Amino acid sequence: MVEPANTVGIPLNHTALLKDELDIVIPTIRNLDFLEMWRPFLQPYHLIIVQDGDPSKTIAVPEGFDYELYNRNDINRILGPKASCISFKDSACRCFGYMVSKKKYIFTIDDDCFVAKDPAGKAVNALEQHIKNLLCPSSPFFFNTLYDPYREGADFVRGYPFSLREGVSTAVSHGLWLNIPDYDAPTQLVKPKERNTRYVDAVMTIPKGTLFPMCGMNLAFDRDLIGPAMYFGLMGDGQPIGRYDDMWAGWCVKVICDHLGLGVKTGLPYIYHSKASNPFVNLKKEYKGIFWQEDIIPFFQSAKLSKEAVTVQQCYIELSKMVKEKLSAIDPYFDKLADAMVTWIEAWDELNPATKA
Amino acid sequence: MFSGYSCRYFGYLVSKKKYIVSIDDDCVPAKDPKGVLVDAVSQHVTNLENPATPLFFNTLYDPYCEGADFVRGYPFSLRSGVPCAASCGLWLNLADLDAPTQALKTEQRNTSYVDAVMTVPLKAMLPISGINIAFNRELVGPALVPALRIAGEGKVRWETLEDVWCGMCLKHISDHLGYGVKTGLPYVWRNERGDAVESLRKKWEGMKLMEKSVPFFEALKLPESAVSVEDCVVELAKAVKEQLGSDDPAFTQAADAMVKWVQLWNSVNSSG
Repeated sequence: MVEPANTVGIPLNHTALLKDELDIVIPTIRNLDFLEMWRPFLQPYHLIIVQDGDPSKTIAVPEGFDYELYNRNDINRILGPKASCISFKDSACRCFGYMVSKKKYIFTIDDDCFVAKDPAGKAVNALEQHIKNLLCPSSPFFFNTLYDPYREGADFVRGYPFSLREGVSTAVSHGLWLNIPDYDAPTQLVKPKERNTRYVDAVMTIPKGTLFPMCGMNLAFDRDLIGPAMYFGLMGDGQPIGRYDDMWAGWCVKVICDHLGLGVKTGLPYIYHSKASNPFVNLKKEYKGIFWQEDIIPFFQSAKLSKEAVTVQQCYIELSKMVKEKLSAIDPYFDKLADAMVTWIEAWDELNPATKA
Repeated sequence: MFSGYSCRYFGYLVSKKKYIVSIDDDCVPAKDPKGVLVDAVSQHVTNLENPATPLFFNTLYDPYCEGADFVRGYPFSLRSGVPCAASCGLWLNLADLDAPTQALKTEQRNTSYVDAVMTVPLKAMLPISGINIAFNRELVGPALVPALRIAGEGKVRWETLEDVWCGMCLKHISDHLGYGVKTGLPYVWRNERGDAVESLRKKWEGMKLMEKSVPFFEALKLPESAVSVEDCVVELAKAVKEQLGSDDPAFTQAADAMVKWVQLWNSVNSSG
């Protein structure tokens, strides 16, 4: 049985790393009470709240947090017709927050994620760990059996080629969850009582060429390096599928990171996932995805981007063309999705004009 | 072929069993964070008996262990996994670091007990350590090749690379044949003999050989026609000789040893 950490009495983190370079993006449809528990670790940072659902509802933000909040009306106003690429009635809408942010780094977390305890009972500052992960190189070209070689007390093992020890820039830090695991609906239905109590004390780089299921519950990334690829797709209201937003983004992101020589890490930090969503509702949302992913995965596994695709946007547009060409046959949804991918990039570039030469 | 650390391959050769577990003689059972002694053999067998999942990464690591499963987004068609060919364990106390690293960090000890087993993904290369390893002899026996000897190979682990080369071959062949290689638990507690700084005095050939090996294995494609482990080893040896032979005599010797090893394996293990 795992419990969340009790963070009452933990002093505010005044030496918060990257305080002015990181935004925390939180999608919500309910309330933000969970932030109270995160206060010691997150209060120094700026929040971008993306309010899903009924825009006339007021979401109360706990005192003392610096934030900007966007509801559906704001999204429509800011993006105009391009707002069609942002999902409604699905936490996929969070990617709007990535788009409007002006910071280099993003940390995104769900509103049912609490602070976890490590095996020693200490409260885990998840954001701090994500930052460490992002600021340290990744090692995608050769697997280190002692996991993260840059961590205190670890190193590259015997036989690890010296020429690969400098690593590459880390684009994504994918954290995990104690308590309610991120299972799909069928697994949830079969194992409703299963809880993740195993604290695996490691961070590792996912090797080049390997795909993974990226969960958006506890995720951080370098917006400058990979931001435009973090589109969470068309989900929720009016769409035939849900709960595949982060998965879709993760497959696109990994293909692009592999192409551009960027690293993706997974492992620590853990958060405590408190709420299990209704598996019957989930099944309805995921149903098509379960079949479609059988075709989607081989698509991404064999996707080859051209040498000319050197920016994330170029890679993403190329990918969208491939989606239209190869996946539309599965369902017209992919045709719409491919178009939305292009719209997303257009919107991204509009809101984030290139300032570098 | 069977001198130094490679003497163990003789044991692999003559065994009649399905599984092999091999541990260096300076390793003793480790304790887990609860203070319980780790039965490394039992964990290795569990790893070998359960499927591996090299085709897609499971973020909760081993999906077949108690309390875990495949996560959302993991394709259902890949959930039965593939046979596990090898189980690579780890080391507490003295980790398997090379001489320069050990010499630089003389006081460093590995105290991190990472409670996970995971499959090393398809095409990912890794340095397999012979210090704490187990494999399915029936499945991939001949692929563990006692082949690469570096000049001035010595009596301490820092002065060898036989297991790392063997591991590169094993992983490549496993990938080709659709088997999996796991890494992680079990831990053993390692006390190495020897002086890392002393080892540095010897010209460390291993470094150069590894640098050449990486692009070779990365680009290597075994022919479709290689369907048995023995075929794979022979094809691999051919490629090594052709592509790496001119770089260093150690590679030519390794290629020859690999061919000889397969012949030896077949003659010792022929039915009857």
